[in-house]
Amino acid sequence: MLRYLRLLGQWALDWIAALGRASLVWFWSLAGLPRRGDMTLLIKQIYQIGVLSLIIIVLSAFSIGAVLALQGYTQLARVGAQESVGLGVALVLLRELGPVVTGLLFAGRAGSAVTAEIGLMKATDQLSSMEMMGVDPLHRIVAPRLWAGMICMPLLTLIFNAVAIWGSGLIGVGWLGVDPGGFWGGMQDGVEMWDDVGKGMLKSVVFAMVISWIAVFQGYDSTPTAEGISVATTKTVVYSSIAVLALDFILTLVMYGEFK
Amino acid sequence: MIRMRTLEISVGAFVLAGILGLVFLAFRVSGVVVGDTSGNYVLKAKFDDVAGLRVRSKVSLAGVTIGRVAKIGVDSETAEAIVTMEVSDDVDNLSVDTGARIQTEGFLGGRYISLVPGGEDQLLTDGDTITNTQGALVLENLIGDVITRLGSK
Repeated sequence: MLRYLRLLGQWALDWIAALGRASLVWFWSLAGLPRRGDMTLLIKQIYQIGVLSLIIIVLSAFSIGAVLALQGYTQLARVGAQESVGLGVALVLLRELGPVVTGLLFAGRAGSAVTAEIGLMKATDQLSSMEMMGVDPLHRIVAPRLWAGMICMPLLTLIFNAVAIWGSGLIGVGWLGVDPGGFWGGMQDGVEMWDDVGKGMLKSVVFAMVISWIAVFQGYDSTPTAEGISVATTKTVVYSSIAVLALDFILTLVMYGEFK
Repeated sequence: MIRMRTLEISVGAFVLAGILGLVFLAFRVSGVVVGDTSGNYVLKAKFDDVAGLRVRSKVSLAGVTIGRVAKIGVDSETAEAIVTMEVSDDVDNLSVDTGARIQTEGFLGGRYISLVPGGEDQLLTDGDTITNTQGALVLENLIGDVITRLGSK
């Protein structure tokens, strides 16, 4: 009995220690003034994390928008309300699917890559040799990736939403023959700039911070072996996905919930 | 390693795509209007029942949207609802006996305020209150009335 209690205690202490280390990594990489050459590092990371994620984001956005339009149309046409399909798709995408799906894809596409990269740097002693040369790896390696993640994900969410809504319009208006006036007009009547677009983007900013934090820390804290890197990469994807889904529920509750 | 110049251009294009996405979401999807030089003026109306009317509900004249509901409050003395509307300056010739009715869009649609033109020469100005009003038709109350009447027979 005591043995199990001790295991639980060990687990809790490990967890708290990891959280503490993660906070330190986060704090020390974001602290400090920018130096010369930081911009170049940041642009490289935005390219790696953002630009290279574009293809998967655009493709998923288009197919999700198209599928939502198709499914919504079939159901709404039964009650003769097929014009509301535009509003329905827009609200679902802006409030929930846009930030969440982008977050999940981002964690899988960019988060895992960041973890693997930093983990391998650690395993091949690149991080410690940097320290020997007097270069702070937190500043040179971790910080640009954190910032790039926080910049790229909201942008990717915007692109995701725009492409998905455009895709649903293409299917709904162009193919299924929904009246364009009702489709876009209903959307403009029902969608609010702050309540729907703004709060959705707020979600995406929160997800961006959490995902990049998890990705960077898992790499930085990984066991410097081949197995350790694979474990860390898996952890990044699993933790980020759980964090995104759980935070999404909490944020929805706080921002849209009835209780104040 | 990809050349820095190409890299910067692609990052620039990426950021631009994000901004274009935001522009699309703002103008095409949520219908934000910029540079709408025609201002609004405020009208008020008292209703005995505004059930289902919401802030940002439409205000229409002859079926054309000319404004939005800005605020819904309650007058605690008379127990009436006070609806504040913002009406476009384009429609500045509403007479003082203009009527305001709360109507439903379609069978299950949202509530909106429909203005009915009057015949007086005097015109409504900013901040005026419309007195000739007809509140929301609450289907439940109507059904309740019918049932009690049938029962009392």
